[in-house]
Amino acid sequence: MGKGVFFVAEQRDGALRKVSFELASTARKLADQLGEEVGAVLCGSGVEAMAAELAKYGADKVFVVDNPALEPYTTGAHAQAVAQVVKDNNPAILLCAASAQGKDLSAALVGKLATGMATDCTDLRIENGRLVAVRPMYAGKCYGEVVIATDPQMASLRPNVFPVVECAKAGQVIKVDAALGELKTKVVEVLKDAGGKIDVTEANIVISGGRGMKGPENFVILEELAALLGAAVGASRAAVDAGWRPQSDQVGQTGKVVSPNLYIACGISGAIQHLAGMSSSKYIVAINKDPEAPIFQKADYGVVDDLFKVVPEMTKEVKKLLG
Amino acid sequence: MNIIACVKQVPDTEAQIKVKADGSGIDEGGIKWVMNPYDEFGVEEALRLKEKFGGEVTIVCVGPARAMETIRTALAMGADKGIQIDDPALYEADSYATAEALAAAIKGLPYDIIFCGQRAIDDDSGQVGSILAELLGIPVVTMVTKLEVEGNSAKATRPIEGAQLVISTSLPCVITATKGLNEPRYASLPGIMKAKKKPVDIKNAAALGISVAPKAKVVKFVPPPARPPGKIVCADDTPEGKAAELVKLLREEAKVI
Repeated sequence: MGKGVFFVAEQRDGALRKVSFELASTARKLADQLGEEVGAVLCGSGVEAMAAELAKYGADKVFVVDNPALEPYTTGAHAQAVAQVVKDNNPAILLCAASAQGKDLSAALVGKLATGMATDCTDLRIENGRLVAVRPMYAGKCYGEVVIATDPQMASLRPNVFPVVECAKAGQVIKVDAALGELKTKVVEVLKDAGGKIDVTEANIVISGGRGMKGPENFVILEELAALLGAAVGASRAAVDAGWRPQSDQVGQTGKVVSPNLYIACGISGAIQHLAGMSSSKYIVAINKDPEAPIFQKADYGVVDDLFKVVPEMTKEVKKLLG
Repeated sequence: MNIIACVKQVPDTEAQIKVKADGSGIDEGGIKWVMNPYDEFGVEEALRLKEKFGGEVTIVCVGPARAMETIRTALAMGADKGIQIDDPALYEADSYATAEALAAAIKGLPYDIIFCGQRAIDDDSGQVGSILAELLGIPVVTMVTKLEVEGNSAKATRPIEGAQLVISTSLPCVITATKGLNEPRYASLPGIMKAKKKPVDIKNAAALGISVAPKAKVVKFVPPPARPPGKIVCADDTPEGKAAELVKLLREEAKVI
């Protein structure tokens, strides 16, 4: 049986991603319940300075695998590095981010460590000394409680769901020299999306448009409001399939599953496959002319009116608020 | 070129999912079953590679008797043959057991590229392709939206938050497909007729020599948490009034802006 709660910190371009602190805080909470230690695994090149930040959120130990071959991220190199730390230390629980990179890494680790994993969890608890992971299935149409018979019990955490709590610990740095072997994949190019756009899965506020937007040119009213609020603009499958918005913005069962603090659905009727992708948002606003639209069943605040009138007015109001 | 496409049969995206009263699973009554949409992108890409380079496309599927329909759909689209792994012990398989079954079926076959969907839209685990690659000792590129094969290597584009990565990989490899990779074709009527005569091997766990004890198990299925009833923002019944009231509620009551 393993001991300790480990997590894989995610960093990119020299900075830890917010989900790393969510992981640290969650690992701390579970470890305290078990009376065990938190170990962070930090992989990259020139990343040691980030260890102190992880200590601030509860890491007792930070295993640093520093190697130029770990930058930029590739599946093979990172999976090899993390697997070595895990095999040397035998933790009971290993947490990863259910981000784009974390999903890729964690699935490879399941293969390397021959264990089980609950993907994209929204809640974790300890029962009888073992992890119980709660996760949406069927894109949120139902939830499953998962237990894992093998160690490490792996879980990936949906970003933006778990709270970040400061809890300073020693964060003892342990340098690990991992044998990465021959790498079969290589990043040959990184194409940054225009304008440093916020991804819908990472934004605190998402404003989405659907068929009711009537055309690609009208999304500008959502973008204006989004710019003021620091929000990302999402889209329904109808809007993406019509070619109005890029696929990377699609929210729903065949797109991205999001859980922002605030989700504003504009001109989206609320097909079940869309609801599946956003119903774990903390607050949901629906703006739609049709009072019978199913989206209103999920909404905390509903506005039955023409979005082309309401959204620009909201933008004016928000401008006033922000002075 | 020898190409393998792994497929799973799942409930249609429009399906309502009802949890059984005892929480042991979902009620399958009235569900319309379809090929996992992400697997369809994999099958389509496999067929396009075959059309370009020649060769054969083999469909591999873990699933019960009803899943044969999904294999036949892939054959009707143009794949050449199928393998169905049907064993009651695999009906509650986790990702690792599923990948082991696929790996056991694939091991004896020649392959240059193996396609999987980036995740199945039923259990949403997104692990099988990566575990399969590990079990076969070959590289994997996940969530691929564009693929170019040249000689003994391939270039795959995969999105991450805020960027697209172009990744080169040696072959053979596993590619997990996502939306954007292509527009899957519909099966033609002659295709559907031909598919009926294409060979499909049915194997069980014993024939593949695998143990299928799941490592991860869903011990309880529960309906999604209920949301408290919402409010309709009426204010003075003008768009301006509603917008002002909504912004006020978001600021003062929800405290999210």
